[in-house]
Amino acid sequence: MQGSSPVTNAQDFPVASENWWTGRRTLGQALIILGSIGLAAIVLLQLLDAMGATSLGFTNWRPSLYAYLAWAICLGAGQILIRGEAGHRAVFLLPALLFTIVMVIFPTFFGLYIAFTDWNLSSLSGRQFSGLDNLRAMLSDPYYWNAIRNMTYYVVAVFVQYAIAFGLALLLNADIRARKFFRVAFLLPFMLSPVAVSWMIGKSLMEFRFGPAATLARHLGWDSPAFFTTPWIARLSIMAMDAWVWIPFIMILLLAGLQALPKEISDAAKVDGASPWQSFWQITFPLMLPVSVTAIVLKIIFQLKLADIVINVTAGGPGGATDTVSSFIFREYRDRSNVGYGTMLAEVYLVIIIIFVMLMLHFAGRFMRKVT
Amino acid sequence: MTDSTSPVPAYVAPATLKERDAARQAKRISARVLVYAALLLWTFISLFPIYWTITTSFKTAVNVTQGHLVPWVDFQPDWKGWRSLGLSPDTIGRTSTVREEFLLRFENSIIASVGAATLAVAIGSLAAYGLSRFTYKFGPWRNKDIAFFFLSQLILPPVVLAMPFLVLYKELALLDSKIGLILIYTLMVLPIVIWIMRDQFDTIPLELEQAALVDGCSTWGAFFRIVLPIALPGMVAAFILSVVLCWNEYFFAALLTSTNAKTIPVMVASQTGSQGISWWSMAAISTAAIAPLLLIGIFLERYIVKGLTAGAVK
Repeated sequence: MQGSSPVTNAQDFPVASENWWTGRRTLGQALIILGSIGLAAIVLLQLLDAMGATSLGFTNWRPSLYAYLAWAICLGAGQILIRGEAGHRAVFLLPALLFTIVMVIFPTFFGLYIAFTDWNLSSLSGRQFSGLDNLRAMLSDPYYWNAIRNMTYYVVAVFVQYAIAFGLALLLNADIRARKFFRVAFLLPFMLSPVAVSWMIGKSLMEFRFGPAATLARHLGWDSPAFFTTPWIARLSIMAMDAWVWIPFIMILLLAGLQALPKEISDAAKVDGASPWQSFWQITFPLMLPVSVTAIVLKIIFQLKLADIVINVTAGGPGGATDTVSSFIFREYRDRSNVGYGTMLAEVYLVIIIIFVMLMLHFAGRFMRKVT
Repeated sequence: MTDSTSPVPAYVAPATLKERDAARQAKRISARVLVYAALLLWTFISLFPIYWTITTSFKTAVNVTQGHLVPWVDFQPDWKGWRSLGLSPDTIGRTSTVREEFLLRFENSIIASVGAATLAVAIGSLAAYGLSRFTYKFGPWRNKDIAFFFLSQLILPPVVLAMPFLVLYKELALLDSKIGLILIYTLMVLPIVIWIMRDQFDTIPLELEQAALVDGCSTWGAFFRIVLPIALPGMVAAFILSVVLCWNEYFFAALLTSTNAKTIPVMVASQTGSQGISWWSMAAISTAAIAPLLLIGIFLERYIVKGLTAGAVK
């Protein structure tokens, strides 16, 4: 190692501290190397133990986790010792970075491995590499493609949510009394857990026999208000529930955008005699475009994960009409224990999502607020 | 802005002017009526399901089947739903297994969501501060790429992580443990926290820290003593939003917990399946599950809004 590397700006430091400085460097490097060796050794030992080469009696992989933690601490301390101020700065970022990497990298790679096995928790044979079998099964699985098609319907529904949310934001931005009350009331649905919403609305309000929504529908002349038996009505019901939860989110973003608009512009338009309709379409809407696109993109990203409500209200029914990809895979795991196949579906879905979001960001990006 | 020229005549007779004023007045009033009608309609849509759930928890079977809506007017409130949870006045003193189970789930939810929010805000604030103030270089990666890496985690759907985590947690003996839930919830909310906090730090002028550094503060000293107190509202917003998101999380909790660490949403979901329609007890559980969120929504609404709008709107 470089024990006596010259300190470049030595004139800033007294001689004594220069020695201390080089000592620090060596110490830091030693710490990082020791930590890495320790981590590698423990992981290696555990690997050997897991493969049956040694019998040290590890009951689980916790030691590796602790070794990783220790390594992370060594790395941080080493950075500070070696690089001084720059090291301090690196330590701000390291915890989040190391945490995210270990929590995402491992599952991603392990997931890729699982995806190519025929692993089923209920079968006795354990997991075996099965090549592209899962992929082939997926291509001919009508329910998966049905779920993907449903996702496109759900994504299109975002635009309806956006339109309603924009209307509400305009209302809240108008000159009204008790604005705070209305804002809190409008925001509340967003706070509630989708599972509770599934029961509150899906299973009780929209219940066929006694639900108030069904009663109301009967009064309005719909003889058998069954919200979850025919495909399109079921899908619309799920969309309505999702909208109930998420409209406040879009509305809050749009409201903040509206409040940030300079008041003079709309005043000037009024003086010029523009009707409210004109001034909305020619002034407010174009000025709101960046916020609108940001809100829609965010909501679409969240929409692609839609699952909780579907799982709890319809479990995908009737005949897969309301299935989202997430809820379909959830049932593949839970009911059929089909881990290998389910994971393959999830990985393919991830690829589709990434391509879709990248394209969306590419085309919408120039209208959006700077995100990163 | 617009070049619409409204034809205003140079002289208008007083009578027509008055008439026009009256017409305008009527138009304005009708517009206001419409605005308030729309506001009240949406308030009704937003609040009715909540009202319905809370009142249903005080109903008996007859009231449910006959669709009674207003307590004391068309039905007499009854503690039936809460009794089945062991939380009604007459059962609260007695031992009740249902209540114990419920309180355990409640506690799990609190520990998991508060723990994850704390961890996420801690490491997220550090990273956000670093990304906002310093320039990093990890190989080809610059600040922008690192920030994008964090944000891109938002795209990841839970299903992709679910199975690998099930296996990973089994190997680490973290399955059905609160620590395991805290870790995965932290991963889930970390991008949002970093987003909010970076926006927050960007608004704090650099001069404050520079002055502190000149006065002999270290980087950490400047961060903890000068910047953090100013950024506190943003941290509170990030924390509260994280707590809400974690409290509501169902997917991972359903897959990764079974008896010990089960959270409230999993309990609510499992009740819907097993008990048919004992609506009053379902309503009671749902009410209890959403009560903390309603309180947060009513009293801390400002922070939720602040958290949601950070970064997206300036």
